[in-house]
Amino acid sequence: MSTSHPVPAHSTFFLVFAALLVGTGLTVLVAKYDLDAMFHVTWLNTAIALTIAIIKATLVIVYFMGVRWNTPLTKVVVLAGFFWLLILFGLTMNDYLTRGWLGVLGR
Amino acid sequence: MASHVHTQNAHGAHGEHEHNPNLQHHFYSMDQQLEASTLGMWVFLVTEIMFFGGLFMAYIVYRTMYPDAWMSGSQQLNVPLGAMNTAVLIVSSLTMALAVRAAMVGNRRGQIRNLILTILLGTTFLVVKYFEYKSKFDHHLVPGDHFVAPAGLETMAPQLQIFMSLYFVMTGVHAAHMVVGIVLMSVILFMAWRGRFGPQYYTPVEVSGLYWHFVDIVWIFLFPLLYLLGFHLGGAAH
Repeated sequence: MSTSHPVPAHSTFFLVFAALLVGTGLTVLVAKYDLDAMFHVTWLNTAIALTIAIIKATLVIVYFMGVRWNTPLTKVVVLAGFFWLLILFGLTMNDYLTRGWLGVLGR
Repeated sequence: MASHVHTQNAHGAHGEHEHNPNLQHHFYSMDQQLEASTLGMWVFLVTEIMFFGGLFMAYIVYRTMYPDAWMSGSQQLNVPLGAMNTAVLIVSSLTMALAVRAAMVGNRRGQIRNLILTILLGTTFLVVKYFEYKSKFDHHLVPGDHFVAPAGLETMAPQLQIFMSLYFVMTGVHAAHMVVGIVLMSVILFMAWRGRFGPQYYTPVEVSGLYWHFVDIVWIFLFPLLYLLGFHLGGAAH
């Protein structure tokens, strides 16, 4: 009886590996420049760094961890895990970032 | 169409095919056993996402409160060493994936070679981390009584200590996960050396591999968020 998980080609792993190294080099390169000051914003450097990190993490999850070849149930659990993380970040910052919007009586 | 003599035993109810000794009695098939184990490991990893998520949450809140201290704190970290360790972990993830693949095709030598490489790379990461930590102690950057703010940053000493606290907790907990991973891989290496894995049964390698890759993913986020944040300001890089 064969297993449901197909054996990926070596080249798949080496391509993902190369992409991860390129991503790392790119993050370091971009971080050398103060893009925030260049474009008069406060978020550009971080946005680029996080975008690259998310792409790298996705490659690891989909190929190295083989979620691509897993059952739909496992895929849903993985997505739900990260979705819950976004709820944690979203609702917490929803509180912290808006605290100054309304005056507090007696302060 | 059983071509072999099938003696009646406790597993007789499962039918004609030979019973894989690695199939535990509460599973129908090897496929189901692998799927259930993978799913179970992912449920554990989701709790790990939440665990590290709390630390990243603290990072976000304090960074929003003290953006300047975060920039200056980040400058105290060693970007070349951090980048090197990122590469070391990526290579270790590759060797881990290759070890799982070797188990899938029943290549015992491939499993042993790649697992040893994975363990060595994980150890390399921890050695580099040791030198980074030592340097932070030498420069009095460890939060507490002996903390000394770098020249020109005296006014933000309390906030810098919050940054350094998060640096030590986040990288420290990550390093603890690396130690657990190395112990885990040593056990898997022993099992692989005994020839326990093959195309029919490689669940322990697969599931331990998931853990190893997860620890790599945490570092993929720690590196830019801690080390690269203030890189453009030029480094005091200890």
